[in-house]
Amino acid sequence: MKQKFSMLWTLFWTFAKMGVMTFGGGMAMLPILQREVVDNKHWATEEELVDYFAIGQCTPGIIAVNTATFIGQKYAGIAGGIVATLGVVFPSLVIISILAGLITNFSDLAWVQNAFAGIQVCVCVLIFNAVSKLLKKSVVDKRTAVIFVLVLLGGVFLDLSPVWFVIGAALAGIVLKNWEVRKA
Amino acid sequence: MSVYLRLFWEFFKTGLFAVGGGMATLPFLHDIGESTGWYTQADLMNMLAVSESTPGPIGINMATYVGFTVGSSHGGTAGAVLGALVATIGEVTPAIVVILIVAAMLKKFRDSRYVNNAFYGLRPASTGLIGAACVAVVLEVLTHVVSLGTSEGGIVNRYALDGSLFDWRGLALAAVLLVLTNWVKPTKNLHPIVFIVLSAVVGVVFRFAGV
Repeated sequence: MKQKFSMLWTLFWTFAKMGVMTFGGGMAMLPILQREVVDNKHWATEEELVDYFAIGQCTPGIIAVNTATFIGQKYAGIAGGIVATLGVVFPSLVIISILAGLITNFSDLAWVQNAFAGIQVCVCVLIFNAVSKLLKKSVVDKRTAVIFVLVLLGGVFLDLSPVWFVIGAALAGIVLKNWEVRKA
Repeated sequence: MSVYLRLFWEFFKTGLFAVGGGMATLPFLHDIGESTGWYTQADLMNMLAVSESTPGPIGINMATYVGFTVGSSHGGTAGAVLGALVATIGEVTPAIVVILIVAAMLKKFRDSRYVNNAFYGLRPASTGLIGAACVAVVLEVLTHVVSLGTSEGGIVNRYALDGSLFDWRGLALAAVLLVLTNWVKPTKNLHPIVFIVLSAVVGVVFRFAGV
């Protein structure tokens, strides 16, 4: 019992530290995971980590969280998966809550409003860059290009929850690939 | 429904359907803002900027920030902390369940034709959704096109022009940032926080908000 508790605590603490060090997206986490999880703690091998990361990218949710759940459950079962995930999100909860509180208090100041108006322009560019990077990975042929354009237009012009586009696209993927197999 | 239950539910859906990392949650957060009126799109962009500039996965930072904002307008500081917790837990719950199931049948999952085929369609759709969110923020920040929402009972969004088409100052800054982040060798691999700080300074110097 005591040993289990200390295992879970180690998981929480290790992943909380990694949460703080992840600066800018799940991808930034991979080298840190390699050092901590593979080299220092031996919780997973290099190959397992790459597998977890790949699956984390194509399952729902945040990549960093998915990878943490995988490693946690391998080391200490279901409780381990949950605790590792709580570890990753813990620093965000603390840091963002403090910052959000501060920003709300200062949001009436003219220079804060001007600064955020400038920052919004930057956010446009950052999202645009993210889309163009994702395009190279996700649009691999004519059919994926059609899906991309349809969802893009649908998202702009229709007032529908993104949920429906996700479900529709998953079905389309299965149907399109089935046809391909039948034709071949 | 209590606002915290609703918050949990909305983020649970986001966590379940957003595939491909933190940025993939953006279209869902956009949709939540529009359908609940909890925050404006400009608020959301500020939250995204702060989330990119602080430690932690972007998707988690945004969930915490949105939850904090919604909670604070309903129940002060205590409500804010509760909202942050509820939104974040809501977002990671589906992922934990899915991953625990996948982990139990790792090999089957990886080799499944259905899973692979579904993701063949999902990946471009996820990119398309982020693209649509990108169009919405570009319209909001860089042009004077305003979204009017849908007509009663309809599902087609309507847009209108408010004054001249472009916000030229914003467009000029966007063009400079686009070049710096994509084509200028010494700057293109810098962390986004550098460009966020630069834009904040430009915004203050040139009074981007007009105050």
